[in-house]
This record gives sequence, structure tokens and C-alpha cells, in this order.
Amino acid sequence: MPASKLDLLQGTLDLMVLQTLAAMGRLHGYGIARRIEQVSGDAVLLNQGTIYASLVRLQQRGWISAEWGTSTNNRKAKFYSITKRGRKQLSEDAAYWQRLSDVMGRVLALSEGSDTK
Amino acid sequence: MTDQLRRLFHRVRSLFRRAEQDRDLDVEMSAHLELAVEENLRRGLSRAEARRQALLRFGGWQQAKENHREVRGLPLLETLLQDLRFALRMLRRSPAFSLLAIFCLTLGIGANAAVFSWMEGLLFRPYPLVAHQERLVALTGTARGESGHTGLSWPDFLELQRNCKLFDTFFVSKITGTTLSIGDRAQVVTGSIVSANYFEVLGVHPILGRAFEPSEDVGRSAHPVTVISYQLWKERFQGDPQIIGKTQRMDGVIHTIIGVAPEGFYGTFVGWATKFWVPASMEDTFEAGGYKLEDRGERWIEAYGRLKPGVTIEQAQQEISAVAKRLENDYPATNRGRSIKLWPLWQTPFNNAGTLLPTLGTMLVVVVFVLLIACANVGNLLLVRSFARRHEITVRVAVGAGRRRLLQQLFMEGLVLSALAAAGGLLIARWCSHLLVLLLPVRNGNAMHLPGEMDWRVMTLSAAVCLVATLLFALLPAMQTSKVDLAATLRSEMAGVVHGRSKSWVRSGLVVVQVSLCFILLVGAGLLLQSLQNIRLDSPGFSTNGVLVTSVNLVASGYDAQRAKNFQDELIDRVQALPGVESAALARVTPLGYGTFSSAPIVVDGYQPPPEERPSVEYNQVGPGYFATMGIPLVSGREFTRADNETAAPVAIVNETMAAHYWQAKNPIGERLQVKDKWLRIVGIAKTSKYESMRELPRPFFFVPRRQDFSVGAALNIRTQLRPEIMAAALSRELKAMDANLALYEVISLQEQLDRSTSPQKVAVTLTGVLAGLALVLAAIGLYGVMSYTVSQSTRELGLRMALGARTPELFRLVISRGLALTIAGIFLGAAAALGLTRLLGYLLYKVSPRDPLAFGSATLVLTIVSLIACFLPAWRATRVDPIVALRYE
Repeated sequence: MPASKLDLLQGTLDLMVLQTLAAMGRLHGYGIARRIEQVSGDAVLLNQGTIYASLVRLQQRGWISAEWGTSTNNRKAKFYSITKRGRKQLSEDAAYWQRLSDVMGRVLALSEGSDTK
Repeated sequence: MTDQLRRLFHRVRSLFRRAEQDRDLDVEMSAHLELAVEENLRRGLSRAEARRQALLRFGGWQQAKENHREVRGLPLLETLLQDLRFALRMLRRSPAFSLLAIFCLTLGIGANAAVFSWMEGLLFRPYPLVAHQERLVALTGTARGESGHTGLSWPDFLELQRNCKLFDTFFVSKITGTTLSIGDRAQVVTGSIVSANYFEVLGVHPILGRAFEPSEDVGRSAHPVTVISYQLWKERFQGDPQIIGKTQRMDGVIHTIIGVAPEGFYGTFVGWATKFWVPASMEDTFEAGGYKLEDRGERWIEAYGRLKPGVTIEQAQQEISAVAKRLENDYPATNRGRSIKLWPLWQTPFNNAGTLLPTLGTMLVVVVFVLLIACANVGNLLLVRSFARRHEITVRVAVGAGRRRLLQQLFMEGLVLSALAAAGGLLIARWCSHLLVLLLPVRNGNAMHLPGEMDWRVMTLSAAVCLVATLLFALLPAMQTSKVDLAATLRSEMAGVVHGRSKSWVRSGLVVVQVSLCFILLVGAGLLLQSLQNIRLDSPGFSTNGVLVTSVNLVASGYDAQRAKNFQDELIDRVQALPGVESAALARVTPLGYGTFSSAPIVVDGYQPPPEERPSVEYNQVGPGYFATMGIPLVSGREFTRADNETAAPVAIVNETMAAHYWQAKNPIGERLQVKDKWLRIVGIAKTSKYESMRELPRPFFFVPRRQDFSVGAALNIRTQLRPEIMAAALSRELKAMDANLALYEVISLQEQLDRSTSPQKVAVTLTGVLAGLALVLAAIGLYGVMSYTVSQSTRELGLRMALGARTPELFRLVISRGLALTIAGIFLGAAAALGLTRLLGYLLYKVSPRDPLAFGSATLVLTIVSLIACFLPAWRATRVDPIVALRYE
């Protein structure tokens, strides 16, 4: 089963985190990781720990912000939310991925040998 | 882009918040785990399984932290900082080593920085506050078929101004001087005759009053105005804010002070700080030889030009040569065979830049050698220590430190050493910046002005030197270290042998290099010392002891020609009447002094010059009894007398070289010589002597009676056995009796005059000597270090030898011979290099071959003795080895 899991491409994790925060609002690290796993139907090979490198990177770029808060189990946790600049970046990145996956889809169809006119 | 900057900012900031951020991350990750465990528990897993699953999903705990750190910070910089901290710790741990290494490097880097600062302050940017010095060039006149150079004439200078398109501007600055009474003493101050555009083109603006106006260049002594230096304003005029418009008598003429130059502006003459400036129209007042602004044949000015941006000196020279060629056609009477040459500022031949250039060039090579020797020393120290640190380094390799990481660490340790040394070195250079002045004579109470300059260029260059030095000395141990063999750590370090080759060859090689560099420096110092001695012992062709020289500044006191003649006649009579005085005579210029001789085109009866030659010979105007007083022998004919005056037939005395050149086999006595339209009858032949410098070759020269070519200024020569200070007191009394306003210049012997003329050699000898001594000490330390280390590493071998019956003298010899072998190898290497290098001393050498056996021999002797001393202690220690202890060790 692990063999069939998707390896994450460089940069895709950042985009997933942004999208998750855009859709769900304020979340802590664990919440984000769980959410990505759920949405992908556990198809993504995600070491949850790697999410923290991604979070600090996004924070340094000013695309997300963080603040300390209290989690449902009454523990101190850091909560992240997307910023205005982050939303702008997200829409640009999403459009890019959309185009890329369209092109990839077409190219792969071509490679099957059929004429896709 | 702004994203990148923002990230960089955060990354840099995180360097300083490492601990805090680590703590935060811990809290965050713990919370994460907690939440995961709780969720798993809710799914019905056992506590242990819930935790296991949570950790599994999380992935590598440490890896996540490491990732986080890498992303948030600057890992490269962080390791550098870590290396730096470690390097400082290593430094503190072995203070003796650190101090010795820093000491050696400080000397090396400091000597370099000092020479850089001199070169910057004296050769490359010698004129503080002056704009665009990198584009300044100096101009001199040349005569075809003659070596040396002349000044330019004022009319030619104006032609250059008008016709050269590749130059921003030209300006004139001719050094002069006057006597001012400051308090109750007369002081000679340096001044400058300048073109009116001077201050404007230099970009120097007076802090009070104004600079010169273009009209002030014109007319004969028509504009008695002066700009004074800040220093003169403060010292003589007490910083009087109302100074503008006040007057000052200089060289007999009342000058109006129109401006005060800014602080830190010293004019444009390397060697002397200019105290006042007058416009070119005042030339007549300050220069001997009359009004010259309209005379194209009078080449008296020292001129500079500033190239337009991007113009090379070669292009500019082509343009200048073309203009000079045209002048040659237009004015054949004055300009035939004449051209104009450009010089980069640092080669300016008419100030001290040209004189100091070979000395400073030699110094540059010398200090690089000293630095190399220091590097070799520190390299050796580091090597020794790297063996001592073998355990530590092996451990680091064992726990996975990469080779690059190790090198980086060692380099950082070296860099810390050399950075500390560089700081010390710059401090030394600062102290040394006025050192040159101390080595040069004080003239007439004025010290020379030869400051080093510590600007950003010098700093940058010194930092670069420090980096290169670090690479040199840190790399060798690093190379050794990179070959670390994990298993080798277990080997005992006491098992070396005195003659062992394996690891010691690098250190021995370094010592050999040190010794050879040191040898070259010693040979150089020896050659320079001999040159200086030769110059001082060489006869200039006149008596040096028993003749004093001084002068009385009549020009400054406003004497006209007739008054001066009367005064000087009376002065000579009075001086000759003084007890202890054998004779006294006046001359316009003293040989080997600072004055310049007159020079004139000549025509000789019966001598047909080759087509391109326009014979021109220098001459001096001397009074009756000059040759007897100076001790210049007359080969035949007679000396000038008082009868050779204005009304008598013009006469001349030629020197032997001139007689041989222009009259060949004929006896010139009674023959005629034409100088400036006047025919002179030759009445005597003098032995050829030195005129301008001790280094000159015998050259044609002649003398005319002062009365027949009169100028007010004159030097007074006195033949006496009295000491200068006693003579000075007597002279002052006589002067006071004749005219209380007159001031006497300093009284010195001709020997002193000669010594002053050789001061560049003296500077070179002193500096090379000091630095060669330094090199010797450094090399001795190096040799001592290697030999003591070898002995300490060979304890077992020595013990074994002793146990087998070797006696003390044999062990002693063993160590000494090893040290001597290194020394001799170094001497051979150094001798080979020195044979090629010493000829570069060129003009600094005088009557000594660059391969002089005495210099090479004494360098060998000195080095051998010093190396014996350096090896003595290690050798003695070798004989003290206790065989029992040595063999039981391990």
C-alpha cells in the first residue's frame, strides 16, 4: 500500500496548506495535516512533521499569520490563518496548477499514441 | 523580489532567536502529538498503540526540527558562527600559541600595511583634498640626446593649455620659499608659485577670502597677492578672522593676503607642506634669473595636467608630443630638439616621489618576504598543533564531519588569528605613518612632510593580504589533516626519529623557505649598506670636512643688486678676518644641495656639433677664491679674482670633462666659449667633481665669475676647522653688526650636505636592515620550533641511541647537523634566488655588484650563526633524555 501513495512534489505542500487554510479558516498544525490527509483520501504520503517547515516558510513570506491559542483539549497551540497576500498568491498558484495539470493531461493522452484532435 | 527580501530578513532575525524558536517549535510539536494521540484513543486504540501510530504518522521527530531550522534560518551562516565560536575557544585554550602566532602575523601584516600606506600617501594619492588625483600627470621637458629632464617654459605651458584636447586642464606649481620672522626667529617657509587656475582646478576652496583670478597670471610682479595655508594662518597670524586684506612682506615685496586654504591642504609637492601660494606673475620676485614669463627658452616651471576621463597616458603623450613638435617648428631658436614628457603622478621626477619610488618599491618586496616568513612560522605552529589535536580531529571525523566542514573549521581558526593580527597590523601602520620623516634630515629647521595615508584602499588591500596569508598558512595543516587516518590515532606519538621523513617534510620545507627568504633579505641589506658606505666614502671632488656652507637671504630682505654686491664684499672681508677661517667664497648654488644650476646653450670655437645636438651645459656663478675654499684642484690656469668684475673681459673656468669633450686634444686655455650671445675667454681648467648628485657620471660643467652674471641670492662657503655651531655664532654677530634685519640660514658642513643628498639610500638601508633583522628573528623562531618539536617527538629514538652507547656529543651533533642541513638547503635556495633578484635594487646600488661576494658571504655567516643558536637549546635537550624513561614510555 505505501508504494501506491503519492510523493509530494516540491512546493505542492505549501499550496495545499494555503488552500486548506483558505477553505477552513483558522487551524493548528495538526488540524492542517489531518485535513490534507482526509481530503486527499489518504492518497498522499505525508509525514506530518514536514508540515512545520512549510508553515514557517509561508509565514516568512507573509502569506499566513500565526498566533498562540488554546486547542479543543485545552492545550496551548499555535493557530494559523491565511493573509490577504496569501489569498492572492493562492489564486495565482491555483491557476498555474490548473493549467499545468491540463497540459499534463493532454500530453499524457498524446503519449498513448491516439490522435486527440 | 520583496518576498525574497522579507524571507531573508526573517532568516537573519532567526539567527538571534534560535533558543526561543526552538522552544516554540517544541511546544507546537508536542501539542500536535497530543492531539493525534487523543484522536487515536477516540478511535479505540490502546494508549501505547495510539502513541505509536501518532509518532509513525508524524515521521522523524529530529528531522522535522532540523528541517524547520534549515528553512527558518541561514544554515551556512550558522555553521560559520559556530566555527567562529569554536575558533575563539581554541585560541583561548592555548594562549601561548595564539600570542606567538598573532605576534608573527601582526609584524608581517603591519609591515605590509605601513608600506601600502606610504605608497598611497606619497605616490598614488599624495595630495589631500585634491580632486581626481588618479587622472593627474606630471610634465617635464626633455632634450634630444640628453638624459634627465628640465622644467617647461611659461609660453609653452600656455600653448598646451590652448591646444590639448585630451586634457581637462593644466596647472603650474613651482616650489619656492621665503623667510618669515615668526616670533624673534627667522624661519624658512615653503611656498609655491602657481598658475591662477590652481585652486579652482584642484577643487580646493579657500575657507576665507578668495583664490587667484585669471588676470593675476599676467604682468611682471604685477599682482603681489598670496593665499596662505591654514597652518601658517594659525601659527603666525593666530587664526585672525580679519586676516583678509592684511599684508605680509615676502622676498622684499609687500603681499596682500587674499585667502586662507582649508585645513589639511598641503599643496602639491611631495615632501614639503606648502605654507603660501603666489600667482605666476610674482615669479620675478621669488625666482633667481629675472622675469621669465615671456621667455620661451627659460624652462623653470613644474607643471601638471589632468587627463579627461577615459584618456590613457599614452594617448595623452601622443597629443603632447605632437604639440611639442609643432612648437619645435614654430620656435626653432628656443625649442629645437626639445619635447615634453608625461609621467604618472607616482613617478613625478621633480619632487620626492621620484626619489622615494625605488626605495618604496624595494620595501614592498621586502615586506612581502617578511609576511611570507611570518606565514611559514604560523603554518608551522599550526602544523605542530594539528598533530597535537589529532585525537580531537579524528573524533570529529569519526562522528561524521565531512572533509569540507573540517577545512572550513581550520580556515576559520586561521582567519581569526590573521584578523586579530590585521587589526594590530593596521595599528602599527598608523604609528609608522610618520616614520619616514624621522629618517630624513631636517633642513633649516623644517621637517619634511611625508605622511602615510590610511584610506579605504589601504584597508582593503591589507584585508586582502590577511586573507591570502590565511590561505597560505592555514591550508598546509588542513591538507595534512584531511589525510587523517582513523586507525593512526592509536599510534604512539613518541616513536618518531630525528631523521624521520614521513610527516616532517612539510615543516622542514617551510623552514627551508624561511631561511632562503631571510637570506635574500640579508643579502639585500648588505648590498644597500655597502652602497651607502661607498657613497659616503667616495670623494665628491671637493673637500667635505673643513668646509662649512650657509647663506644669508638678501632677496627676502629686499636688497637690490648694487646693495647686495656691497654687502657681500664686506661680508667676505669680515668672515675672512674671523679667527680660524682660512678662506671664504660665495657661489650661486652649492653642489649636492637643493638649488638648480643655470644652464645655457653654448657655442665653442672650432667645435662642430653633430646635426641633432644643440650643446647646452650647466654652470655655476662663483666668487673669488671659490676653488681654493671648496678644495677643488685647478689642473691648469688660474682662479677667479676680484678683478674679474663687470668691467673686465668675461672669463670662464671649464672642468676637465668639458675640456676633453669640446676641445679634445687642444688646450682650451685662452680659447673662446659663447654663452647666451656673450663670448667668454677660458682662463682655467678645474678637476671634474660631483655637482647635483653623488650618483652622476662625470659631465661637462663650467664656472663664471659672480660679478659677470650676477644674482642676489648666494651660498657662503667657508674653509675652517671650527665647528658649525661656533661658526654660526660668530657669523650671527657679524650679521647683526651689518644689518640687524638679516637672518642666517643653518650652518652645516659639506659632509652633512652630502649625507643629506644620500638620504634616500639611508632610508632604504635603515628600513631593509630593520626588516631583515625581523625576518632573521622570525626564521630563527621557525627553526627553533621545528627542531624542538623534532627532538620532543624523537625521545624514544634518542633514548635507544643512548642505551646503545651513543655519547652526549654525538646526540648533540645529531640534532645540530639536522638543523644545519635545513639552514644550508635554505641558503642555497636563497642564494640562487638572490642572484636573480638583487639586480632589481638598480639605482639604490652604488659601486657594488649585485653579486657582491662580501654581501653573500656575510649573509651566509649570519644565518649559520643564528641557526646554530636556534638549534642549541633543542640539541642540549636531546642530550638530557633519560634512556630509562624514554624506553619505558608507552
